[in-house]
Amino acid sequence: MTEIADVLKNLDWSPFWISMKTGVVATILSFLLGIFAARRVMYAGPGKKSVLDGILTLPMVLPPTVAGFFLLLLFSRRRPLGSFLFSQFGIKVVQSWLGCIIAATVIAFPLMYRNARAAFEQVDMNLIYAGRTLGMSDGEIFWRVVLPNAGPGIASGTILTFARALGEYGATSMLAGNIPGKTATISQRIAMVIQDQNYVTAGVWVAIVLIIAFVSIFLMNWFTGKTLKNVERW
Amino acid sequence: MELNADIHKKLGSFSLDMQFCASRRRTGILGASGCGKSLTLKVIAGITEPDTGRIELNGRVLYDSEKGINIPAQKRNVGYLFQNYALFPNLTVQQNIACGLKYWKRGNREHSREKTDEMIELFGLQGLEEHLPRQLSGGQQQRTALARILVCQPEVILLDEPFSALDSYLKDRLQDDLMLYLKNYDGLILMVSHSRDELYRFADDLIVMGSGGTLVQGTPEEVFRNPRTKSAAMLTGCKNFSSARRISDHELYAADWGVTLSVSSVLPESFNGIGFRAHDFIPVYGQREENCIPCRLIRETDLPFEKNYYIAPDHVQGSEEESSGSTGTEDCLLWRIQRDGQALIREKGMPDYLRFPEDALLFLNT
Repeated sequence: MTEIADVLKNLDWSPFWISMKTGVVATILSFLLGIFAARRVMYAGPGKKSVLDGILTLPMVLPPTVAGFFLLLLFSRRRPLGSFLFSQFGIKVVQSWLGCIIAATVIAFPLMYRNARAAFEQVDMNLIYAGRTLGMSDGEIFWRVVLPNAGPGIASGTILTFARALGEYGATSMLAGNIPGKTATISQRIAMVIQDQNYVTAGVWVAIVLIIAFVSIFLMNWFTGKTLKNVERW
Repeated sequence: MELNADIHKKLGSFSLDMQFCASRRRTGILGASGCGKSLTLKVIAGITEPDTGRIELNGRVLYDSEKGINIPAQKRNVGYLFQNYALFPNLTVQQNIACGLKYWKRGNREHSREKTDEMIELFGLQGLEEHLPRQLSGGQQQRTALARILVCQPEVILLDEPFSALDSYLKDRLQDDLMLYLKNYDGLILMVSHSRDELYRFADDLIVMGSGGTLVQGTPEEVFRNPRTKSAAMLTGCKNFSSARRISDHELYAADWGVTLSVSSVLPESFNGIGFRAHDFIPVYGQREENCIPCRLIRETDLPFEKNYYIAPDHVQGSEEESSGSTGTEDCLLWRIQRDGQALIREKGMPDYLRFPEDALLFLNT
């Protein structure tokens, strides 16, 4: 017990804040991109739909290290895009917090996209048709009708996305590295302390992750339960 | 005021080939479920695109596959009442109605308020402005949906089985209410239903649809009096059919019923079947008259306010006892009488014969 108290007293909380900040930013990005993508795919023709869907879902199916490999290929400063970003804007993706965000967003995005699309497609098509015959534009129908009625699916998708972004390890470690105080997230810290045989510190971090996970699940159920009541079908 | 439609669309093994002109105020389309009547409305509204065809509303071309014209649903000015009303569940009654306004988007709040209030009053929805659709009764939902349609003043209103979501008590009341609410609407109304009762009340002009196309069009009285084909006659509720052969200008033989029928007027030149409504039989006691079959009862069933008697066709031989009970009623004739008509039977027993009055015969082609 005293050991755990010691660890807690001297714990460097930076991985917690880095993970949280990364999770929040990546969730916001995934939320916007996911809804945008879901909407585009929903209105795309059947052929285009399956191709787009495959590409957008890919990061979820690939091992995160493979995604990390592609991200490195893209953003390495020895590559055109990476060097352009650095020389023109001074933006450094590899070994930086920005790398954490990009890795987490790429990995978590498909969860948001797929949940959003499923939620949109569950909305009664007659509502969309009704909107059209009433003279509402497709955009108006989307924002006023489809999105609000897809509420529960969107909410649970957002929380899953957050949880996935928070726990991202593989792609993050390859793209952003494990720089203490800068890019070291909770998952990376756990892996590192275990390599040092420091099981008590690892245990403390695991406990923190468990708490976050439970809170997420609780929030997800609460949100879906609550919003479901609002859009209950008749 | 005229809607011209010529629609062709293939969907898997089903193909829709509809051609009609609706020029009277209220046109009804009667058809069994799955015959393509809802699809027809969706094509007119611009929700579904046909393969080929042409749709013209009051001289304005909405769709023409040859000229490549396809006006989007938003610009067709066609109101559509969906089977489940398709009210937006997240918006209040007032907001739902405002969605139909063209000016709503421009944010003219005063105008929008004024217009929606007008509709709310017209449809008796006062006090429900802030309610969500799920808090409304079936009738209120229907009125809200109608208000939402009428607020944009469409040139034609399409009603897609408007009463199918309601229980039978409400159905009856709302059918009359609907007419009342639409009384002041001076555009075209097209209503689709599988219920002959609903359409008989509603329509000035009735189109009977078979699988994928028009069978017959006319006033409801004309269509019910002379449905012309067996499928149309079935949809109008006719229960007894037989193949028929013309013997002379005044005589025909109904093969499935085993009876020769004679009529005083000249028979139509060509027909190969005959239909007879279940409630048109005339009971005969004592002597056999012309156009009669013996009333050999196979089975009887009770309905709430009517009674069904299944009568064996004339040519079926064998004793009554033997055939009753165990045989099906498929080949039998159906005689249906109202409850109050049963007094006669209680008093005098089952009639000896049933007569086919000649003016009730429907001459059909299959």
